[in-house]
Amino acid sequence: MRTLANAPPIDVEALKRRCPSAFQANWRARGVAAVVMTAMLALYVGAFVYFDVPWGRLLPGLAQLAWFVREMVPPDPGGHLATYVNALGETLAISLLGTLLGALFALPLGVLAARNVIPAAWLRLPVKRFFDSVRGIDTLIWALIWINVVGLGPFAGVLAIATSDFGALGKLFAEIIESADRREVEGVRAAGGRRLAEVRFGLLPQVLPVMAGQVLYFIESNTRSATIIGVVGAGGIGLHLAEQIRVLEWRQVSFIILEILVAVAAIDFVSGRLRAAIAGRRSAPH
Amino acid sequence: MSSAVVRLPDRQLAAVRAAYRGAARAKRVQFFVAAAVLVALIGLSAIQAEVDPKTFFAKIGGFSSYFDRLATLDTGARVWTDPVSWFWSLKRSLRLIGETVLMAYVGTLSGAILAFCLNFLASPNLTGGATTVFLTRRFLEFCRTVPDVVFALIFVVAFGLGPLAGVLAIAIHTVGALGKQFFETTENIDMRPVEGVRAAGASWVETIRFAALPQVLASYASFALLRFEINVRGATVLGFVGAGGIGLDLMEAIRKFYYSDVSAILVLIIAVVMAIDIGTQYLRRALIGQA
Repeated sequence: MRTLANAPPIDVEALKRRCPSAFQANWRARGVAAVVMTAMLALYVGAFVYFDVPWGRLLPGLAQLAWFVREMVPPDPGGHLATYVNALGETLAISLLGTLLGALFALPLGVLAARNVIPAAWLRLPVKRFFDSVRGIDTLIWALIWINVVGLGPFAGVLAIATSDFGALGKLFAEIIESADRREVEGVRAAGGRRLAEVRFGLLPQVLPVMAGQVLYFIESNTRSATIIGVVGAGGIGLHLAEQIRVLEWRQVSFIILEILVAVAAIDFVSGRLRAAIAGRRSAPH
Repeated sequence: MSSAVVRLPDRQLAAVRAAYRGAARAKRVQFFVAAAVLVALIGLSAIQAEVDPKTFFAKIGGFSSYFDRLATLDTGARVWTDPVSWFWSLKRSLRLIGETVLMAYVGTLSGAILAFCLNFLASPNLTGGATTVFLTRRFLEFCRTVPDVVFALIFVVAFGLGPLAGVLAIAIHTVGALGKQFFETTENIDMRPVEGVRAAGASWVETIRFAALPQVLASYASFALLRFEINVRGATVLGFVGAGGIGLDLMEAIRKFYYSDVSAILVLIIAVVMAIDIGTQYLRRALIGQA
């Protein structure tokens, strides 16, 4: 019997003759990699020179950071427990409402941006570019703009999240509709379904679960962005966080950060379970 | 070929029909319960977030007129009729946007390098200890969950105003976000090359270099490019808290109602973000195609 122990020794020379490329260094690829890496490194170093980084502040800054961290334990709400819990609730509410509102507006326009619904590029591409422009502006900028319109407070935050989600979700919805399978729609048509039945039984069962999963995912990630829109005054826990950092109340800062971590983990858990339940029937990983 | 549809006897059919109705009813009940829960949640949230439809409809006109004002110069003319006075601060804005993009670049690269080093510790198929995996993953989770603006706020206090605080904030957030994507990729690699290289006597580093890296490098680069694009967008607002970039100018313009300046900066931001979006998309396609 042939085993590894009594196998004939490998003839390396023959192997080299048979496939020489496997034994040679690919100098061209290495050269390209070296050039790209050098350029990236040069840009990296150049950036620090350009930033005019106060290197003298680096060590004292790190020492200060260490001091902040020591000051942070134990986390302590400092008598503002009810305020902070309420503010966190506001943050969660902002994220839920903002995402749903954004999804509501993104759906009809997302349909218009889908290639299989609107084949005409002159009608479809402006919608896509519009989504890209809305998406290119960060949630915090939208928050500032909405504050000018509806005043300070969580409502501005809801509208800010809704606006930036509108751009992101609209693009996603269009892509989801584009990837839907034609055959199910044609099947319904072949069975005698009317136009409405085609959409209801052919298209919706394919796209709705995927869209719902995406919306859940956005609620999840918006919980994170909703924690910071308070920094500019658009409601939620961010206002308190920024305030406590500015007055160096590190115990309250760490309490608020912990609160955020727990809330985000809880939302992650719930939305993960829901997404798995929605995707489960289609056996598709999210 | 006979094509008669077989019809079950009524008694059997009744049982099948009852089962179908039961299943359909269960699904409907599930749907309505879910809908009720959602409506209740929306109601609660609306109260909590002080949603006031009356203010909204009273002031929604303000939103469109805001954009009308954005498109108007101080002289009352439309901005596009006089691009020179619209972009009067073009030089300064471009310099600041350049700084923003550089902040995103340096932050992304630093974060990506750190995430690269950490992700192998977080992949159970390449690391021995369950403790190492657990600790590394919790660390990455922490970096990713705390928003970069919060890190920026703290770093501004420690290191002073300027891009350094922003770069560090972006880097830490990137470590968390990329680390997760990296280890999810590494976890799912084909283990046969790993076993082969190990059998040939490779050390841990050699195993990673010759068995793991060739499988994952292209997707790592693709994730890092996508993160760069996200970070450019995020870096535009780090200036709000004094962490460098275009944000400070933008916030000042918005708060002081310099409408045409706001629109000029926004147009520049959108143009740069779109250009980077298209560029990274092109590069990512090339990378994935090659892999």
